[in-house]
Amino acid sequence: MNMQPTWQPASGSGAALIHELALTLYIGCALIFVFVMVLLVRAVFSAPRPIRARRWLIGGGLAFPGIVLSALLVYSLAVGGALANYNGQGVFRFLLDCVSDSSRALFTTVARPLRIEVTGRQWWWQVRYIEDDGEFELANELRLPVGRPVDLVLVAGDVIHSFWVPALAGKVDMIPGRANRLRLKSDVPGVFRGNCAEYCGGQHALMGLLVVVEPEEDFARWRERQAQPAPPPADDFLALGRDAFLRADCGDCHTVRGTGAAGTSGPDLTHVGSREMLGAAVLDNHIGTLGGWIAGTQDQKPGSLMPDTRSLSGVELRALSAWLESLE
Amino acid sequence: MSRPRLGPLAAAIKLATILGAILGTAGCSDSPSPITVPGGDATRGRGIVAERQCGACHIVPGIRSARGRVGPTLARFAHRPYLAGKWPNDPEHLVRWLRDPPAMAPHTAMPAVLPDDAAARDAAAFLYTLR
Repeated sequence: MNMQPTWQPASGSGAALIHELALTLYIGCALIFVFVMVLLVRAVFSAPRPIRARRWLIGGGLAFPGIVLSALLVYSLAVGGALANYNGQGVFRFLLDCVSDSSRALFTTVARPLRIEVTGRQWWWQVRYIEDDGEFELANELRLPVGRPVDLVLVAGDVIHSFWVPALAGKVDMIPGRANRLRLKSDVPGVFRGNCAEYCGGQHALMGLLVVVEPEEDFARWRERQAQPAPPPADDFLALGRDAFLRADCGDCHTVRGTGAAGTSGPDLTHVGSREMLGAAVLDNHIGTLGGWIAGTQDQKPGSLMPDTRSLSGVELRALSAWLESLE
Repeated sequence: MSRPRLGPLAAAIKLATILGAILGTAGCSDSPSPITVPGGDATRGRGIVAERQCGACHIVPGIRSARGRVGPTLARFAHRPYLAGKWPNDPEHLVRWLRDPPAMAPHTAMPAVLPDDAAARDAAAFLYTLR
């Protein structure tokens, strides 16, 4: 897992634009502060002399703030516009596009951006890829092609949540009954961590997600695979695991396409083995943690809607974990 | 009749016996000499136990997120006489167990999470530091 730093804006992302804006403000404010302090010190310590009050009032009191604040206004509006319509060309390209009519198409349309619906739920993320050629669903993980903007539709399934991947973009609230939009893009591949940023109940802190940015061809292969149903078990042990899944009624809440399990209140597990982590970025994903999560959900995430599974024998738990791990 | 008084020599012997008894008990406290695993490094083992997230099923003292109760707690593991209730808890069996539990107890819920011999040795060395 090529984990990227959580707080460092990824190049080519909306977070990088916000970071630029913030740096401009910090540095500009610091320079102006130093300039004013120098004037103050001079006024206190130098010998009294006549000053041209009118020039200072008009120049320093009206013209200077007027010009600086106007420039900042245009710049910050352009950052806002670029965040909403971001196709990776930066703020100044966006400004140029705004003033020249002929090239308007450059920034307003990205050729059919990929659309992903993310639903915040207590305490996990339901992720649906909405495509003409068949949609599919996963949980707690987003995959994006590197360098290509993706449109997220952010909704809430129960209470208010907030979608936040600090290295990629600012926070956007997920509000019941509303659909908010966020455009995501990164020019660097890697895994970025996000977390719910609006207190949403007991396990708010354990409501994490991962955004995996990968090269276009890897992404295409992944997407093709995700759209397929789960393959039949390759051997008897895995078949025992699948049967345990069905017999323990896991399908009341979970979907595994291709098995008849079609529950909708919990994460879709059709390709759970392909995910980096389990339980909304609580545990790594391997046969051991799968078993620990299934049999001891309430130890890992107290209050989660998923109960501890107590009806399986040791062998069945092992087989079930192996089967889920095989669903890549 | 009063008891005869002890002579100085007898008193010294008695005192020595009592002291010896006290010190002797202290000497055989519940800390046997540390169990060592050939080729195992406990510091590396701690990292492996944390990284493989054994805590999904076990409570592991010293690893904060290790709060699982699916399997037995690993607190004071070095004092446990048996593995899975059937094998002696010695380095040889423990390493075998960590590499492939179902091979030693077919009905166990514990999967093979440390198939690599060196990793299993390091983890075993760490487990024997839990005293």
